[in-house]
Amino acid sequence: MAAGDLVEFGKALGAGLAMGLGALGPGIGIGLLGAGAMQAIGRNPEATGQIQINMMLGIVFAEAVAIYALVAALIIKFV
Amino acid sequence: MSDIMQPVMGEKGCLPGCMTGKGCLIYVVVVVIVGFLASKLPVAMPEIALPAEPVFTLPAVGFAVTNTLIATWLTMLLLIVGSILVTRNMGLVPGGLQNLVEWGLGVLLGLAESVAGERGRKFFPLVATIFIFLLVSNWMGILPGFASVGLIHEAPHGGHQAQQVSVLGLRVNILQAGEVGEHETGWTVFSFLRSAATDLNTPLALALISVLMTQVVGVQAQGLRYFSKFTPSFKDVLGLIVGPLETVGELAKIISFSFRLFGNVFAGEVLLAVLAFIVPYLVSVPFMGLELFVGLMQAFVFAMLTLVFMSMATMGHGSEGEEH
Repeated sequence: MAAGDLVEFGKALGAGLAMGLGALGPGIGIGLLGAGAMQAIGRNPEATGQIQINMMLGIVFAEAVAIYALVAALIIKFV
Repeated sequence: MSDIMQPVMGEKGCLPGCMTGKGCLIYVVVVVIVGFLASKLPVAMPEIALPAEPVFTLPAVGFAVTNTLIATWLTMLLLIVGSILVTRNMGLVPGGLQNLVEWGLGVLLGLAESVAGERGRKFFPLVATIFIFLLVSNWMGILPGFASVGLIHEAPHGGHQAQQVSVLGLRVNILQAGEVGEHETGWTVFSFLRSAATDLNTPLALALISVLMTQVVGVQAQGLRYFSKFTPSFKDVLGLIVGPLETVGELAKIISFSFRLFGNVFAGEVLLAVLAFIVPYLVSVPFMGLELFVGLMQAFVFAMLTLVFMSMATMGHGSEGEEH
């Protein structure tokens, strides 16, 4: 197996692991946020607008961590 | 079947906007035809280039003007010309376009004041500019032609094949969809325009401006006492750690601001390109909708975070208990 193949293998494996493992945390986090928001809306349907706005803000932060993992995976694979 | 169609059936038959049996059939036929055409007109495998490609180089200074820089100029041109057109013949009772822009700015100002109180008015220009600039820049990056239309250059490793044709006597290279191996010299597209936030420089610049202005606003509100939050205090063990922790936190803000925006917009661009390659013309459409939403949310989050950090910088430690 040539050295170039090993590098290619390493890159592919690294990119896959980076994105896969990096999506675990944010996935769970976004799920928890959604669950909290659903419960809050269930208790107080009149505040739905406010709850939705704050939930969206929280989801964007959790998703940012997943995006960091994606950027790392892209850099590993393509740079 | 009738009970399924009940919600969309009005008294006079189907309400506008719903899909009947015949409409569904037409939709399926269109999808099949487009899918057939898609297999005949292949899309080239996308070249994912992280750094922005230079379009031309200024000869005297040696400065390479990249496609993201041109997109930033285009955004600025759009905003400046739009502003001039809206504020021309400004009336006390606004009509038309001026009304629309005033409503938009009113919504933003209301949001700023709900987050930051009376100081929201002072922070509003920078925050609203960041929001409007990023919104226009992100949404412009979805237009056709961005990151796809350009001149082809020789790529040192990998790339696409090119075919030489003769056009009006000139020998011109046209890109083909086929690939060359990793160790051969292929061709790649240097597009004329590329969404501004896909180059790390733009989000980094905006993040630096944001964090710097936060410090400036903090000093304006609290004087030089503002910097006491970064220095360790020797009163107790916790005070020793909190100072450096805040400093690291400020630096981490720069990184997180820039990478959140860069990652979202760059990953969106890569996603659209790869999806267009996998299933041409069809699957890209809902993801364009996702790109619109993501562009809006990232602009909103950047501006809102700037506002929140500025508001926190002016408050200081003493008045934090008074808020609740």
